[in-house]
Amino acid sequence: MTYKSLGDPFNPDQSLLHEKGCSCTQCISENSKACGAQTLATESKPDRERLDTTEDMMDRVIESTIVRGVFAHNDFSRRSFLGLVGGGLTASILGSLIPFDEIKAAVKDSMGKLEKTKLNVGFVPITCATPIIMAHPLGFYSKYGLDVDVIKTAGWAVARDKSLAGEYDASHMLTPMPLAMSLGAGSAPTPYVMPTVENINGQAIVLHVDHKDKRDPKQWKGFKFGVPFEYSMHNFLLRYYVAEHGLDPDKDIQIRVVPPPEMVANLRAGNLDGYLSPDPFNQRAVWEKIGFIHILTKEIWEGHPCCAFACSKEFTNRYPNTYSALLKAIVDATHYSAKAENRIEISAAIAPKNYLNQPEPVIRQVLTGRYADGLGGIQDVPDRIDFDPFPWHSMAVWILTQMKRWGYIKGDLEYNKIAEAVYLASDAGAKMKELGYTPPTETYKNYTIMGKEFDYTKPEQYINSFAIRRM
Amino acid sequence: MRYRPALRPLIISLVFLFVALGSWEWSSQPPKATEALSEYELLMGGAEQEARVPPPSAVIIHAFNELSDPFYDAGPNDKGIGIQLAYSLYRVLTGFLLAALIAIPCGFVIGMFPVMHKAMNPYVQILKPISPLAWMPLALFIIKDSEASAIFVIFICSIWPMLINTAFGVANVRKDWINVARTHELSDMRTAFTVILPAAAPTILTGMRISIGIAWLVIVAAEMLVGGTGIGYYVWNEWNNLDLTSVIFAIMMIGIVGMMLDLILSSVSRWVAYEE
Ligand SMILES: [Zn+2]
Repeated sequence: MTYKSLGDPFNPDQSLLHEKGCSCTQCISENSKACGAQTLATESKPDRERLDTTEDMMDRVIESTIVRGVFAHNDFSRRSFLGLVGGGLTASILGSLIPFDEIKAAVKDSMGKLEKTKLNVGFVPITCATPIIMAHPLGFYSKYGLDVDVIKTAGWAVARDKSLAGEYDASHMLTPMPLAMSLGAGSAPTPYVMPTVENINGQAIVLHVDHKDKRDPKQWKGFKFGVPFEYSMHNFLLRYYVAEHGLDPDKDIQIRVVPPPEMVANLRAGNLDGYLSPDPFNQRAVWEKIGFIHILTKEIWEGHPCCAFACSKEFTNRYPNTYSALLKAIVDATHYSAKAENRIEISAAIAPKNYLNQPEPVIRQVLTGRYADGLGGIQDVPDRIDFDPFPWHSMAVWILTQMKRWGYIKGDLEYNKIAEAVYLASDAGAKMKELGYTPPTETYKNYTIMGKEFDYTKPEQYINSFAIRRM
Repeated sequence: MRYRPALRPLIISLVFLFVALGSWEWSSQPPKATEALSEYELLMGGAEQEARVPPPSAVIIHAFNELSDPFYDAGPNDKGIGIQLAYSLYRVLTGFLLAALIAIPCGFVIGMFPVMHKAMNPYVQILKPISPLAWMPLALFIIKDSEASAIFVIFICSIWPMLINTAFGVANVRKDWINVARTHELSDMRTAFTVILPAAAPTILTGMRISIGIAWLVIVAAEMLVGGTGIGYYVWNEWNNLDLTSVIFAIMMIGIVGMMLDLILSSVSRWVAYEE
């Protein structure tokens, strides 16, 4: 793990500015990749150390700030001074003048003492929960001083109730759930916040193998479909998909709420003709030779949000430092999970009983995107599931439009106000920045879903533009 | 060797067992793979066209593995079968004892005073048939604690048989015994403990046996719903993985523990019956 913005301040060859033509090893190796020159790409002068832990990273940030301060933010004079005296010597000179260790400790301390270190975080055993789960074996929680038990939960209703009861400090949820809970749809209204999205994409429509010849949704009249929860992207995406094909999801097909683990058994028993569910249960249906993957949800909406990391407003107010540490661990783990090169290792780590309890090859097919589709083909879709923590406000607005479209909520909505109160984009952005990632500068954007434009500034017009709707 | 007719049922049931298990084992053997699998077949989990029910040998091997280390603890979501059963037993016994603590005295009062019986009967009749699991969402919402909610569900399902049986047993204590007690000028309290309680004890214990049987059935369903720990969670977790070997093993364990609970109470009731 190296971060460009965190160059070693005691290395004279390294610019802390990374301008064009910068000669630091990272910039050179990046440029040389572009030119195809291979000799320069080898890291001839490695960093003093690789920043493998966040602890190191934070130390580096603090050192860098001090050194820049000493040289009055003049990078040229810092580098020429270091060139004359040498990095190691400068470090020891400055070290004798400035108590680095004390400053580092003080800065870390100023982030505040953790009000609560022993936490319970719930998760539903699906691949969407990867960051929440992986933060455990990878030690992201403990790195930030937290002792977290990740607890497997039977379904979304239980996850919601255990969160509302305070048994879980925070929980894996579906992106529409904190909105519904805050609005009091389906439960008593409780202010909930969603500081990060877990995953994007990663769901699929699975049909029973008997329906291999019915690939056109127009042939699905009378089908029984399963979705994991009413307030789920699964429900809204399935409704959107069939409605775009001219079927009314409330009249032409039947949609039932089925907890994800029970999807495959119900498909086998013939209680369902298909489902739009989280993985690994799509791939598991293929593995069991019961179903095939009709489409991935990324074909409906590329980059759609799915699951979320959420906690009560009360938790963030009562334990601000704990909340901040927890959020950092999650953002870190989410970025870790997003890297393709980590996916095989992750598959092996989350397959056992303590986490997903699934055959490892099933998880690997989901996470690497090289999978059997159940129709005789092997597909290669590296972003079949992806992980991106940023909670776009426009995602919340889209979800609200669908909740209203299908009659889950009624009346006038202050879309932006609700979105901004529940989806804490600024918190996620701040943590991303702190950890050296670049958050987006906007929090709203437009989407194209099955070729139809969603304009976040005109939610009501968007709802009214659909022929099939419940209002 | 002398032929002993008493052994005949045993021999027949053993033969039946072997035939049943043998044909199950034989019918669920996967065909031997003849060629190396293609990548697609590997990704599909083998060349077979269907998933199979596990053979009994797989269940026995699994049972042996699980029972040889029943108390391992590999994190909050992965604990040995012994620990899971202990959690379930703890919940069942807590809920059951709480129910007994309330049901038996209330049943006594209802049984002794026909007025109380008439007054309480409508409530009992309405509450009794409610499926215990239907209480779960309400309990979770009000108690705000899944552990206590599970115990509450056990409590509510085991209270009715004990209450009704106690009332029935007490009401049917022979009048002449009570009259004998009266002539000996025993106080009401002493009459209750020395005459009525022993006389009604067998009926009360029958109620307790019914209750614990129901409680053990309900805990599996309740834990499947609430999760976390217990044999019900174990079943759910293995179902999640569609691991029938483990599910069959768990079903056997549930049966064995349920039978043991029943045996304990039936031996207590035999002991009580001898007292008469
Ligand atoms: Zn998800």
